[in-house]
Amino acid sequence: MISNLDYVTLQQLWWVLCSVVGALFLFLTFVQGGQTLLWQMAKKKTESAMIINSLGRKWELTFTTLVLFGGALFASFPKFYATSFGGAYWVWILILFTFVVQAVSYEYRKKPANVWGAKTYELFLFINGSVGILLIGAAVGTFYTGSNFSLNDMNQVTWEYTLGGVNLRGLEAAFSFFNLSLGLFLVFNARVLGALYLLNNLDLGAVAEMEKRLRKAVWTNFVCSLPFLLYVVVAILLMKGFHVDENGTVSMVTFKYFSNLLALPHLFVMLLGGLVLVILGVMSGAFKGGTKGIWSAGLGTVLVGLCVLCLPAFNSTAFYPSKFDLQSSLTIYNASSSQFTLATMTYVALAIPFVLAYIAYLWQQMDSRKLTTSDAMDHEAY
Amino acid sequence: MIDVDPGLVDWSRAQFALTAMYHWIFVPLTLGLSFLCAFYETIYLKTGNEQWKNITRFWMTLFGINFAIGVATGIILEFEFGTNWSNYSWMVGDIFGAPLAIEGIFAFFMEASFFAVMFFGWNRVSKGFHCFSTWMVAIGANLSAVWILVANGWMQNPVGMAFNPDKARFEMQNFAEVVFNPVAVSKFTHTSSSGFVMASAFVLTVSCWYLIKRKHIDMAKKSIVVASVFGLVASIFVAFTGDEHAYGVAQKQPMKLAAMEGLYKGERGAGLVAMGIVNSAKDPGDVQDAFLFEVKIPQLLSLLANRKLGSFVPGIDDLVFGNSSENVMGVNTMMEKGKLALADLAAFKKAKKNKNEQMAADALQRFDVNREFMGYGYLTTPEEAVPPVSTVFYNFHIMAVLGSLFPVIFGTFLFFSLKGQVTEKRWLLPVGLFSALLAFLAGQAGWITAEVGRQPWAIQGLMPVKVATTNLSVTSVQITFFMFAAVFTLLLIAEISIMLKQIAIGPEGH
Ligand code: HDD
Ligand code: HEM
Ligand code: HEM
Repeated sequence: MISNLDYVTLQQLWWVLCSVVGALFLFLTFVQGGQTLLWQMAKKKTESAMIINSLGRKWELTFTTLVLFGGALFASFPKFYATSFGGAYWVWILILFTFVVQAVSYEYRKKPANVWGAKTYELFLFINGSVGILLIGAAVGTFYTGSNFSLNDMNQVTWEYTLGGVNLRGLEAAFSFFNLSLGLFLVFNARVLGALYLLNNLDLGAVAEMEKRLRKAVWTNFVCSLPFLLYVVVAILLMKGFHVDENGTVSMVTFKYFSNLLALPHLFVMLLGGLVLVILGVMSGAFKGGTKGIWSAGLGTVLVGLCVLCLPAFNSTAFYPSKFDLQSSLTIYNASSSQFTLATMTYVALAIPFVLAYIAYLWQQMDSRKLTTSDAMDHEAY
Repeated sequence: MIDVDPGLVDWSRAQFALTAMYHWIFVPLTLGLSFLCAFYETIYLKTGNEQWKNITRFWMTLFGINFAIGVATGIILEFEFGTNWSNYSWMVGDIFGAPLAIEGIFAFFMEASFFAVMFFGWNRVSKGFHCFSTWMVAIGANLSAVWILVANGWMQNPVGMAFNPDKARFEMQNFAEVVFNPVAVSKFTHTSSSGFVMASAFVLTVSCWYLIKRKHIDMAKKSIVVASVFGLVASIFVAFTGDEHAYGVAQKQPMKLAAMEGLYKGERGAGLVAMGIVNSAKDPGDVQDAFLFEVKIPQLLSLLANRKLGSFVPGIDDLVFGNSSENVMGVNTMMEKGKLALADLAAFKKAKKNKNEQMAADALQRFDVNREFMGYGYLTTPEEAVPPVSTVFYNFHIMAVLGSLFPVIFGTFLFFSLKGQVTEKRWLLPVGLFSALLAFLAGQAGWITAEVGRQPWAIQGLMPVKVATTNLSVTSVQITFFMFAAVFTLLLIAEISIMLKQIAIGPEGH
């Protein structure tokens, strides 16, 4: 069956698969959001122990999803992997850096003789949740705003943006108001998700004070995210986009992404539906005393994320455009692996449902009983 | 072609070496300790003896401390292919990316999800399911190793692919060939079992320290029994697979083998250098001796390299300058063919751009004649194809000598454990105390042999490292090099300090 799929279908399928992984990652950034809430929400030792332990049972999942996102892009769109990671060097290095320091922080924070002290590891977690997510947002923003690279005959990348003689290697993405807004939106959204997740995961009976703070945080962070979200959505609808014609020539076209939305109505539905679900989750968590808001807001985030990642890739659009040299822009058709590799990887991908199934099963097994103060103070705990 | 600064290539290599070598401090412990935890827990499950549960939990705590930093160093490596070796990633991503993605799907998630159960599930899931989770973590960890080593094996012996001149990249033709690449198979068997050796040695070290301090004696003795059985089996396996590995190197990377043995003049019935001091002034083709001092076992190299007594083993001189009587094509000849191939490829590209189909077809036909030598066209001198001989020689010999020692060490511990005399043999305990250090040395030396011996190639015979690097400024790479060096070192200090503290607290604190 898979061997009958034609090349174009495979390329599209793999973009969708990579986007699904990316969108799931955005949902799982509730871990990062929660990390940035730690200092604000927890006023007592027991409270911070509960937050850390609750997030500490999930951080690996988010981290691994990021690793898989990288691996899947490498396997299916190697030209993107090479161009973006090699080109926008500093952005990616800094993002990775924030994840390196995250990886040890849960395990080491409370351990005796950890040399650098609990506060340092908490700072690492904060940096990961704020700077890390902001930069990821800025990097995704360049799918719309473009980057400054050119590719030669052998498809080798050269990065062309210099400031005062220094090649910024992608850091200039942070100079775009659009990219920054997307990043800030993701940071606040992660905080909303983080608060909703904690409301769901903790045994709130013991921490009534913190529950109030968490519910308030859901609302305030949602309100903070709104201006950025609105700006991003309106800008996407109005901005020029990178269109690819039948000969593969790239040009700037007005209202490109708006017309993509009209041409791909299911993306439009996903965007609207996603936003509604997020709002429902927020309402439930902030005002209705609910504990299940994370599921609706999480699903909403996945849908919005999928739309944001697919919109600049389909309907004859260059998903990793170069504003320096339009013709170097990457499309899912010129950046993908060979048909053979994509087909092979598709067989492999058949295992994904099983992986998701056991993750869900384990999650349910481990979380069927809410995390209590005594769990968090247990000597095995973080 | 973009002209790259040689300094850039060296810094990029240094950065990869740094991050990989840090990763390899933690990963072997993960590979082996995860299985040891699974063994201990299974014994607990079978006997119901709480002491085994304490033992399990103790080693699990150390496992967790180690695992966290293993993950931290791993993520950098994966993305470094893109950030620092982007030309490489583009040229071979079609083949090389797949194992990395598969590793994520199959191995990392398994490890990460069951890890949470293993650590926090003691009171949340049944005993049986908990033990099952511990096994899944061990299997997941070792599956991670499979796929990354398939990728690495492919760099040493690229199979199952073809060059696509239209796209200027290599494309996969046969997935099974990539996965069952003989080099990948011996890489995996040797590397994972070397991880088992390192973890068993780690258990010996910690346990012997307790015995010397006369603390936690019962627990230490129990840990030693299981670890020395595991270590003995693994270290014998390491020696066998190491031999298999060397045979693979001889067949697929003769230049690396010549460097491992410091062999300049190829010969029939070549001897194996048991130990020696390399003459660092020696250059390929000159008349100097390769060694200042050496101890040789006659005939053995021919036997190991070709499985045949008296067979010809080419030396560095033969490989660089050719040896027609033994039918060895020299790098000099391959370079000429390679330069033709590159010129024809450029002509093909140009004709395509100008839409001149006839010229393109002609150029392609000429390209096809020499395409397998394409990588050699990038070299500037034939001597460039020789890796740093003394580094490769010494590291190989350190590993091999230590490798012959481990079965003896584990065997001795097992013997006296079974006789119940480990604590009485005071001379034995210091040996155990140092065994982890020796095992780590062997492991690092092994990777240096493998990776430095591959130079100047990123992909053996196809792509030199200087073509593989991302075109960055040297300063950028220097900054990131020192950034990683600093952060990994600070984290390592924390890790060691925490470990020592946990070891001092000991199993009873659990
Ligand atoms: C405890 C660690 C350890 C021990 C005792 C040994 N090895 Fe090893 N060896 C490794 C750990 C290792 C490794 C770290 O796992 C390497 C690095 C790359 C690889 O594939 O495995 C390796 C590589 C490696 C290579 C290079 C393969 C290549 O270039 O790709 C050879 C030829 C051998 N080994 C052979 C041996 C022999 C003959 C040993 C003697 C008994 C031996 N090893 C003991
Ligand atoms: C974790 C164990 C490993 C260690 C300790 C290690 C060590 C090294 C060292 C010392 C170098 C520098 C060699 C030189 O430039 O002279 C290097 C380079 C490199 N290694 Fe490894 N390596 C490991 C695993 C791997 C694996 C599994 C892969 C591939 C899947 C890999 C890919 C590379 C690449 C791409 C380079 C840079 C290019 C080059 O110098 O050849 N390494 N590694
Ligand atoms: C140079 C190439 C390598 C790359 C790109 C790489 C990549 C990674 C990444 C991204 C992680 C973190 C995964 C997570 O999210 O859990 C990781 C961890 C791990 N890697 Fe590597 N790795 C390399 C070399 C190796 C080698 C040579 C082995 C084994 C033979 C290995 C075995 C493992 C294992 C068992 C883990 C789990 C965590 C730990 O062991 O501490 N890796 N690696």
